Amino acid sequence: MTTQDHTHASHGPEIDAHTGIATTGHEWDGIRELNTPLPRWWLGIFYATIVWSIGYWVVYPAWPLITGATKGVIGYASRIEIEKDMQDLKTLRASQAAGLGEASLEQIKADPNLFRIAMAQGKAAFGDNCVACHGVGGAGSKGFPNLNDDDWLWGGSLESIQQTLQHGVRATTDADTRVSMMPAFGKDGTLKRDEINAVANHVRELAGLPTEPKADLAKGRKLFADNCAACHGEAGKGNQELGAPNLTDAITLYGMDVASITETITNGRGGVMPAWGPRLDPTTIKSLTVYVHSLGGGQ
Amino acid sequence: MAATGYPVRRLTAGELLGIGLSMIAAIGLLLIASLTDSGAYAFHAVVGILAALGTVLFIGNRSFDGRTLPVPQEIDGKPNYNMAPVKFATVAAMFWGIAGFTVGLIIALQLAFPALNFDLPWISFGRMRPLHTSAVIFAFGGNVLLGTSFYVVQRTSRARLAGDLSPWFVILGYNLFIVIAGTGYLLGITQGKEYAEPEWYADLWLTVVWVVYLLVFVATLAKRKEPHIYVANWFYLGFILTIAVLHLGNNLTIPASLLSPKSYIVWSGVQDAMFQWWYGHNAVGFFLTAGFLAIMYYFVPKRANRPIYSYRLSIIHFWALIFLYIWAGPHHLHYTALPDWAQTLGMTFSIMLWMPSWGGMINGIMTLSGAWDKLRTDPVLRMMVVSLAFYGMSTFEGPLMSIKAVNGLSHYTDWTVGHVHSGALGWVAYVSFGAIYCLVPWLWNRRELYSLKLVNWHFWISTLGIVLYISAMWVAGIMQGLMWRAYTSLGFLEYSFIETVAAMHPYYVIRALGGALFLVGALIMAFNLWMTVRTGAAEASEQDSALQPQLAAA
Repeated sequence: MTTQDHTHASHGPEIDAHTGIATTGHEWDGIRELNTPLPRWWLGIFYATIVWSIGYWVVYPAWPLITGATKGVIGYASRIEIEKDMQDLKTLRASQAAGLGEASLEQIKADPNLFRIAMAQGKAAFGDNCVACHGVGGAGSKGFPNLNDDDWLWGGSLESIQQTLQHGVRATTDADTRVSMMPAFGKDGTLKRDEINAVANHVRELAGLPTEPKADLAKGRKLFADNCAACHGEAGKGNQELGAPNLTDAITLYGMDVASITETITNGRGGVMPAWGPRLDPTTIKSLTVYVHSLGGGQ
Repeated sequence: MAATGYPVRRLTAGELLGIGLSMIAAIGLLLIASLTDSGAYAFHAVVGILAALGTVLFIGNRSFDGRTLPVPQEIDGKPNYNMAPVKFATVAAMFWGIAGFTVGLIIALQLAFPALNFDLPWISFGRMRPLHTSAVIFAFGGNVLLGTSFYVVQRTSRARLAGDLSPWFVILGYNLFIVIAGTGYLLGITQGKEYAEPEWYADLWLTVVWVVYLLVFVATLAKRKEPHIYVANWFYLGFILTIAVLHLGNNLTIPASLLSPKSYIVWSGVQDAMFQWWYGHNAVGFFLTAGFLAIMYYFVPKRANRPIYSYRLSIIHFWALIFLYIWAGPHHLHYTALPDWAQTLGMTFSIMLWMPSWGGMINGIMTLSGAWDKLRTDPVLRMMVVSLAFYGMSTFEGPLMSIKAVNGLSHYTDWTVGHVHSGALGWVAYVSFGAIYCLVPWLWNRRELYSLKLVNWHFWISTLGIVLYISAMWVAGIMQGLMWRAYTSLGFLEYSFIETVAAMHPYYVIRALGGALFLVGALIMAFNLWMTVRTGAAEASEQDSALQPQLAAA
């Protein structure tokens, strides 16, 4: 007997042999249903969750009214909770870091306890704010300076680092930001292609790197003196007042192969570091200063 | 007509309407394609034109099929079921499933090895991720729901599917929506709303398709030959109706122009967020839960050949589930700008949802009482029972994670990803696999599957994959949450964010391995189904012979 020729409407409840429970008497495409009562444990837990929820509504803000909502009997609000948490944290930090706010950078350096706290705060702040560009260990990457070496663009003294942190580099939001520019000698038409190649090779010569065999080094030297020495110095030692990199060491921001140098001279460079003064409180900036200063190259 | 020698018949009014609307659409889309500034949008217009021309050919071709119209509702006293659209949806589900699992594997590998983004915008994680979620939820899951609902509503109503062209319009129209949505993501077209990424024109199209779906389903129920509506059909109807409401609510956008793919939502700020997660959570509740419970309610008793455990439980848990689920969305927005009262309601309704969710698991698993021995011999049934176990696990984990204190740890971590996948892989995909393993021999009139041994392999390989996936994400997620909140004794954060990312790496690799195993299982399944259709003994399917009422025999 197949379902198709089965007559459906006629049969009433039957007893299922295996479970001993009656069916409802309905059948669809061969499927029947037992009339098993609701499992008691199921119903019990269901009721318990409802009772618990009603209790929760009494205690916490729960039901919207025409204006506002029920507030709950314990006066909970997540905004109050977060404010309290933040205040607790500030209190803890303040108790630990008593004196950090008033101390000068040199005093922090000299006092082991203040230094320990500043380093802890600096490390956390560095992780939250700086690693995206400078890397977890401060090793930087192309276009983002390595903070572990003693080769500084804008100075590696405590004061210089603090100034850079506070006001940024070429930060459009800060009037006191550090400003300078590597001009786009090629794009502006100041130097021609062969001249740029000559200068690029001279820059490699300054750094003690091998130059291309056909390079006109004499021309490069002359062009460097005319165009570059004002900022980078005659010997290419750079000038931290102007953020002009030292070209004589092997440390490089944008690459020292001929192609990279050519690109730098042709299009110029102007990396930006944000001004952190408006975003971080002065104590955090101090701690960051001490932290960065301690990374390896502090002067 | 007869003079031509071809058995050509006159087009019906519906077919003429279909051709007319397609022609008008093609002309409109041609205008849009030629006038718009957006290349991606023009591409979509061309896809639409091709679909419209395809429709004209499809309908035109039907006039040569020699059928007498109207199609008879019954032949020899048996319902003349319309199973061709169900077959298409079944094949589409398998195709999209494998596509979606593959993209999932790729993005899992991208998370472990970011170089695999190759710096190409079209295959970057940000575009591939919605492609994955939409492919598995809406393309794979959606086709399973469409196909099984058209199958189940016919069989349990003893009535042919309502409409002649409309069922095809629903299935093909839905898959066109999938193509538009998926290619749009890769081309950078998105609303930026999670699980509701398609832009306004795709949303409008889906609305039309969905309304026709609802009408076909309800009209089929209306002409049923059974006195009552089977519980699976309540769940299908709940799913279809609610998805329509959710889709409209969360996609109330105003297009920037008819010539632009971009639109702007009418909601703003926290209200937009609330709408988004009211939608997002109920996509889980009504698409991935109610819809797939409908599948369970038909295929589990059918395969086990046992009556449903409890009719009363099915009624109570159905109404409790649909009443409570709709409130739970705010638990996605704990500790945000959402008012505290809304967070409380989202959390408490999630807790109350625990038992109504479990009602489906109890009814499914207990339906096996009297047939437990079949778990040893029938890997298809085993897959469906394990799906119910995963369903039970993730519907316990969900309310747990909705508790604010737990959510404070779990939110934004990979724990959420693990939770979703224990539901998506363990429940949704497994119950779908079980249903497809049942359906293919029934639809193609095959005696049985090509190989139950291969089903067994599929089961064990993908179960291992799921276990690797979710345990890796539990460990990773909880570790991530703990690292984010770790403070030093001096009151400063212990870890920088990037350190927590680096710590995830080994777990991301394990997760990708789990995903790869799951994909391998699905490929085995596709092979098995292909061989079933190609080489299986063509006999009257088991559907007709195996339905001796169990009780009569007992």
